[in-house]
Amino acid sequence: MNAKVILLAILLPLQAAAQGFAGLGAAVDDFAVPVPGRALEFPADHGAHPAYRIEWWYLTANMTGPDGTPYGLQWTLFRSALAPRDGQGWETPQLWMGHAAVTTPEAHFVAERLARGGIGQAGVVADPFAAWIDDWAMAGPDFDQLRLTASGAEFAYDVALTATGPLIRHGQDGYSVKSAAGQASYYYSQPFFDLAGTLTLPGGDIPVTGRAWLDREWSSQPLAADQTGWDWFSLSFDTGDKMMGFVLRGTTDYTAATWISADGQATAFPDGAFAATPLGWHEVAGRDVPVTWRARLPDKGVDVTVTALNPDAWMQTSVPYWEGPVTISGSHAGVGYLEMTGYDE
Amino acid sequence: MTFAILSALASHWRRNPLQLVTLLAGLALATALWSGVQAINAEARASYDAAAATLGEGQFAQITARGGGAISQQTYVALRRAGWAVSPVIEGRLDGVRLIGLEPLTAPSGLGPVRVDAGADLGAFLSGEGQIFARPDTLARLPDTGAAGVASPDVAPNTALTDIGLAQRLLGRAGQIDRLIVAPVQPLTRQPLSDVAPDLMQSAAQEGGDVARLTDSFHLNLTAFGLLSFAVGLFIVHGAIGLAFEQRRPMVRTLRALGAPLGSVMALMAVELAVLALIAGGIGVGLGYVIAAALLPDVAATLRGLYEADVSGQLSLHPAWWLSGLAIALGGTAVASAGALWSLARMPLLSGAQPRAWAMARQGGRLAAVAVVLLLVAGGLAVWGSGLIAGFAMLGALLIGGALALPPLLARMLRLAEGAARGAVTQWFWADTRQQVPGLSLALMALLLAMAANVGVSTMVSSFRLTFTGFLDQRLASELYVSAADTAQAEAIIAVAGREADAILPLLSADQTVEGLPAQVYAARDHATYRENWQFLRAVPDVWDRLARAEGVLINEQLYRRAGLDLGAMVPVGAGVSLPVLGIYGDYGNPIGQVIVTEALFRDVFPDIDALRFGLRIAPDQVGELRAALRDQADIPDAAMIDQAAIKAMSLAVFERTFTVTTALNVLTLAVAGFAILMSLLTLAAMRLPQLAPVWALGLTRRRLAGLDLVRAILLAALTGALALPLGLALAWALLTVVNVEAFGWRLPMYLFPLDYLRLGVLALLAAALAALWPAWSLSRTPPAQLLGVFRHER
Amino acid sequence: MLLSLRDVTKTYPGTEAPVLRGVSFDLDSGCMLALTGESGSGKSTLLHLIGGLDTADSGVVAIKGTDLTALDDVGRAALRRGTVGVIFQQFNLIPSLNVAANIAFQARLAGRHDPARDRALADRLGLSAHLHKYPEQLSGGQQQRVAIARTLSPRPALVLADEPTGNLDEATADTVLTLLRDLVAETGAGLILVTHSERLAALMPRRLHLRAGLLA
Repeated sequence: MNAKVILLAILLPLQAAAQGFAGLGAAVDDFAVPVPGRALEFPADHGAHPAYRIEWWYLTANMTGPDGTPYGLQWTLFRSALAPRDGQGWETPQLWMGHAAVTTPEAHFVAERLARGGIGQAGVVADPFAAWIDDWAMAGPDFDQLRLTASGAEFAYDVALTATGPLIRHGQDGYSVKSAAGQASYYYSQPFFDLAGTLTLPGGDIPVTGRAWLDREWSSQPLAADQTGWDWFSLSFDTGDKMMGFVLRGTTDYTAATWISADGQATAFPDGAFAATPLGWHEVAGRDVPVTWRARLPDKGVDVTVTALNPDAWMQTSVPYWEGPVTISGSHAGVGYLEMTGYDE
Repeated sequence: MTFAILSALASHWRRNPLQLVTLLAGLALATALWSGVQAINAEARASYDAAAATLGEGQFAQITARGGGAISQQTYVALRRAGWAVSPVIEGRLDGVRLIGLEPLTAPSGLGPVRVDAGADLGAFLSGEGQIFARPDTLARLPDTGAAGVASPDVAPNTALTDIGLAQRLLGRAGQIDRLIVAPVQPLTRQPLSDVAPDLMQSAAQEGGDVARLTDSFHLNLTAFGLLSFAVGLFIVHGAIGLAFEQRRPMVRTLRALGAPLGSVMALMAVELAVLALIAGGIGVGLGYVIAAALLPDVAATLRGLYEADVSGQLSLHPAWWLSGLAIALGGTAVASAGALWSLARMPLLSGAQPRAWAMARQGGRLAAVAVVLLLVAGGLAVWGSGLIAGFAMLGALLIGGALALPPLLARMLRLAEGAARGAVTQWFWADTRQQVPGLSLALMALLLAMAANVGVSTMVSSFRLTFTGFLDQRLASELYVSAADTAQAEAIIAVAGREADAILPLLSADQTVEGLPAQVYAARDHATYRENWQFLRAVPDVWDRLARAEGVLINEQLYRRAGLDLGAMVPVGAGVSLPVLGIYGDYGNPIGQVIVTEALFRDVFPDIDALRFGLRIAPDQVGELRAALRDQADIPDAAMIDQAAIKAMSLAVFERTFTVTTALNVLTLAVAGFAILMSLLTLAAMRLPQLAPVWALGLTRRRLAGLDLVRAILLAALTGALALPLGLALAWALLTVVNVEAFGWRLPMYLFPLDYLRLGVLALLAAALAALWPAWSLSRTPPAQLLGVFRHER
Repeated sequence: MLLSLRDVTKTYPGTEAPVLRGVSFDLDSGCMLALTGESGSGKSTLLHLIGGLDTADSGVVAIKGTDLTALDDVGRAALRRGTVGVIFQQFNLIPSLNVAANIAFQARLAGRHDPARDRALADRLGLSAHLHKYPEQLSGGQQQRVAIARTLSPRPALVLADEPTGNLDEATADTVLTLLRDLVAETGAGLILVTHSERLAALMPRRLHLRAGLLA
C-alpha cells in the first residue's frame, strides 16, 4: 500500500498551500526516517509514531446487504506532524484527519474530520487498541477484534471486525522501498478481516456482512517531484488470494505489487511486474477519471478487468480523490478497492 | 437665453454675497451636524458588524455554560467524541484588547482569519510561537507575546485573533473555553447535549448582536441630536432661501416681462439651488467628517467602557456616506425651497414688483392654528399612540408645533409688554421688537429647536447616567465578583471566601422562555445585600420576605413591559413551576427578560446547575487581600475577578466621555442657531434703516439705537429660551418614556437638572448677543447720510 | 399691419365693471401714438394686453398678423423677447447687473445681442460714462434711459412705454421722452406711449383717449 504514502505526501503539501499543514519541507531532517532491518513490534507499532511525519490507519471493506446489494466503506485516520515530537495540550504539533465513506451502487457518502492532538479529541493507543477522531473510532481489546464507527450528515456505520489471518508485512519485513532514490516507509496490512454490522443510510439501517482490509503505514518522506498521482488496487479474489498493486504516474511510471496467498504468505514484486491500463473513463466532479481498468500480474497469471461499483465514488474532502469499491472479472473474479489521485480538473 | 437668465440669477448672489454665505453656511452646517453624527453611528455600527463578522458567530448556534462561566476543555472533547461538531472559542482582554482564541481545524468554514481556502499558513498559526491577527493599531497595543503579529484590516477594531492554545496561555486560562460554536451541519448520530454536558445550553443563531441592541440607546441619543441639528439647519436654509426668493421676486417679474418663460426661470432657479446645495452639501460632509473624527475617539471610549463594544477610533470614509450627505443636503434644500418656488410660480406677472415683507406675519393666524393642531396631535399620540413610529411622529409633531407656535407666542408676550410700557422710548422699543419678530422668526425657531434639543437630550443623557449608576449600585452591591471555571474551582472559591469574606452570594442562572420571550432565571440568596440595595418600580408589601418563602418571583422591567406581566401574573420558572410576580425592578444593562427566584427554589427547579459565579461581601479596604487570597489559595486568575469599585469608577469615567460628546454637540447646535440669528439680523439690517431713521431723526443716537438692538436680540433669545425649556422637557419626557420604552423596553425615570438648563440658557443668550454684536456695531457706525437717504429715496 | 386690435374686452376677476369694453384700432410700423386717459381708464391694461403680459377676454390683439390671445405663456414670452419691447414706469432694471449688462440683457434673451448697437445706444442716451455702475448708483432719469436702451437694443418691431417718465421731473421727462421718440423713429418701429400727461401726449403725432374702457 505504498501508494498511501504518496497520497499523504501529495495531500500534505496541498494542505500546506490550502489548509496550511506546513513545515513539511523545512523540517525533513528532524523527522525520523525508516531504515531497513528494523523489526516491527506488536502491539506497539499499532500505535502512533510521532517522530515520523505521516502515518495512517486505513480501512476499506467490501460488503453485501441482505438482498445481495454490494456496498463499500472506508475509514481512515491520518496523522500528520508539524514537528517530530508529541506532547500534551494545544501545543502538540500532531494533527489528525479522518475520512469516512459509504458507497452503494447508486450513492456515495463522504465525511471528513480534523482535530488537534494533545487534547484527547483524536489519537491512537496501541494496547488495548483504539484509534479515534471525534465520535469515530476503531477500537477493541486487541488488533484482531475491532469495532468500527463513523458518522456524517447523511450516513453512519457501526461494524465489528474479526481478523481471520495474520498481519502482512510488505517489502522487506515491513520496510517498503518505494523508489530508486531510496524513499521508503514502514508498511503492514491486515487484509483478513471478517466484517458484520449495520450501515445507516438515508433509506434506513442495512445489516451488512463482508471483508475488510486495513493498511498501516508511516514515513517521513514526500513524493518525488515528477510524480503527479497514482492508481492503487487492493483486490480480493474468490480463491481467497489477494493482491495489492499500484502505478505511480510520473515521467516514467513506477509500479509495485504484493501477492497474498489465501494462507497468508506474502510475495513482493518489484517495479514493472504489475501493470494497469485504463479501459473506460467517467466524468466526476469536473474531471475525467478512469473507472474501468485492465490489471495484470503475469507472474501470478492475473489479467483482470476492474470495474468501479459506483463511478461517482468521489471523495470531496479537503484534498479530493477517488476511492471506491470495485468488482473483478477475467482471469480471476472477486471484489476490491480502487484509489486514484492526481486527476486534475 | 438660458445663459442670460442664469447670469441674471447668479448676479444676485454676486451682489449679495452675505446671503449666499448664509445659504451655503446654513446648509453646510446642517449637513455637517447630520452627516457627522451619522458617520459616528455608522462607524460604530460597522465596528459591531465587523466584530460579529470577525468570527461570523452570529450565523451559528452557540453552546455556553448555563451559569455563564467557563466550559472545561474536557467537556469540549467529550462533546466532540459524542458526535457534536462544535468549535471552541475563548475570549478575554489582554492589555485592553479583546483577544479571541479559536480552533481553526474545527471552526465552521468562514470563521476566523485562517480559512481553508485563504492560503494562510495554518502551520504558523498552530505551532511554534503562533500568530496574532489584528488591525495594525491593535497589534501596536498588544504586549510582546512572542507571537508574530499579522496585520489584517478585516478584523474588528481592538480585537485580536489567535489560536485557542496561545489565547489560553496569554489569558492565563489553561483548559478553559468560553463558548462553543455549533457547525450548521451535524453528524447523523449525536448524543443529546443534556446527556453529555448538562451544564451547557445551546442558543440559536442570532440576527444581531447583543452589543448592537445594548448600544441602540446611545445611538438614539446621537441620532436625535443629528436629526434635530438638521432640523435647525433646515430652518436656516429655509430662511436664507426665502429671503433670496423674496428679494428676487421683482427680478423674476422683470425677467418674465422681458420675455423669459416662467418654466425656464423656475427650472433654472431649481438648478441653481441644486448646485448650491451640492456645494454646501460637499462642504457640510467635509465638516461632518471633521466633527465625527473629533468626537469619534470619545464615542468609541464611551461605547467600549459602557458596553464593552469595540469601536474603531478612526474614521473611514465610505462613498455611501458622502452620497447620503449630499442627498440630505439636496433633499433639505428641496424641502426648504419648495414653498418659495411654489409661490413664485403662482406669482402673477403683473403683481406689485416690490418685495413683500419677508415675513410670515400675513400667515400668522394660519401658522398659529397649525401649531395648535400639531401640539394637539403630539399630545394625542403621547396618550393614545403606541409603537416606535408613533413615538417619533409625536416627537416631530411636538417640535414643529412648538417651533411654529413661537412667533405668535412671542408677539403676544411683546404686546403685553408694550401695553405695560410707560416711557415713549420703551414703548417704541417693544413695538419695534414685535415688528422684528416676523423677520427673525425663522432664526428664533432655529434657536428654540436647538435649545429644546439640548435640554431634551441633556436631560435624557443625565437621567440615564443617574439611573444607570443607581442601577450599578443596586446590581453591584457585592465588593468582589469571582467566576469559577468548574465546580472544583467553585468549591475552592467557597472555601477561601468562607474564611475571608463576610458573605458569599452565589449567582445562579438558567435560560428560560417566558411568554415566548427569551429570559434568564436568576437565584437570589436571602441576604441583606439584596434587601438593602434593590429598588422596585412596583412591588407587593414585604416583597423580600415573600420571595424568601418562595411565594413568587421578581421580574425585570423588560419582561413586565414586553410580556405584559404585572404584579400577580403567573410566570413559568421551570418545568411545571409557575409563580406570581411579587416585584418589578429596573434593569438597564441587559436587553432580555429576567426572573429572580429564591435560591432554594432555584436549586429545586434546576438541580443540575452549580454556582460558578459568586458575589463576595467584604469591607472595601479588604478587597485587595481577598483577591490575593483567592489568587494564591484557590488559583483564580485575576481576569476572573472583578471588583465593584473598579467597575463603578469605569462607569463614571465612561459617562464623563458621554458628556464630552453631548456638550460638544450642544455647543455646535447653539452655534448653528447663533449663526442663524446673525444672518437674519444682517439681512434685516438694510430693511430696518427706514424704520430706524425716523427714530434717529427724532433724537435717539445711533449708539443708543445699536444698544437697544443688542438688548432686543438678547431679550428675544431669553424669551425664546423661556419657551424652549418646556418644549425641551417635553422632548426629554417623550424620549425617556415613549421612545426608550418602545425601543429598549425600559422606561427611564426623568430627572431635572436646573443648573444645566441655566448654563444652557446663558450659552444661548451669549450666542444671541454675539450674533447681534456685529449688526449693532455696524448700525452704530452707519453714516448719517445713509440714514438721511431713507427720506430721499422713499418711493 | 403691425398692430391690429378688434373689439378687445377685459374684466378683472372679482370686479364687476369691465376695464375694456370693445377697443379697436390699428398701428402701422413707424407710427407712434399716445394713449391717454384718467387713472383707471384701462390704458395700462390695454398696453399689457398688447405686450402679451396679460390676455384679453374677447376680441383680437394681433401683432404682425398673429393673434396673441391664441398664444400660450411660452409663445407670449417669445413675443416679448423678440417683437415687442416694454418700458415700465418703474425702471425694472436688474439690480444685481451693471448698466452694460442691463442694456445687453434683453438682446441676449432674444439671442441677437449686438455690442456695437449697445455702445451706440449708450452713447445717444448719455450712459457711456456709467456702463460699469449698478442701477442703485444712478439717478431716476439715468435708470429710465438704461431701460430704454435695454428695450431698443434688440430692435423690437413695437415699443410699448407705460408712463416711462412718471417718476421723473418735468425737464428730465421731456429729455428722456424726446430721446425715446427719436430712437424709435430711427429703428422704424411702432411706439405706443401710455401717459396721463397732456403735455407729453402732445409730443406724439397721434393720440387715442380712453374713457371708461372705450376709445373716445
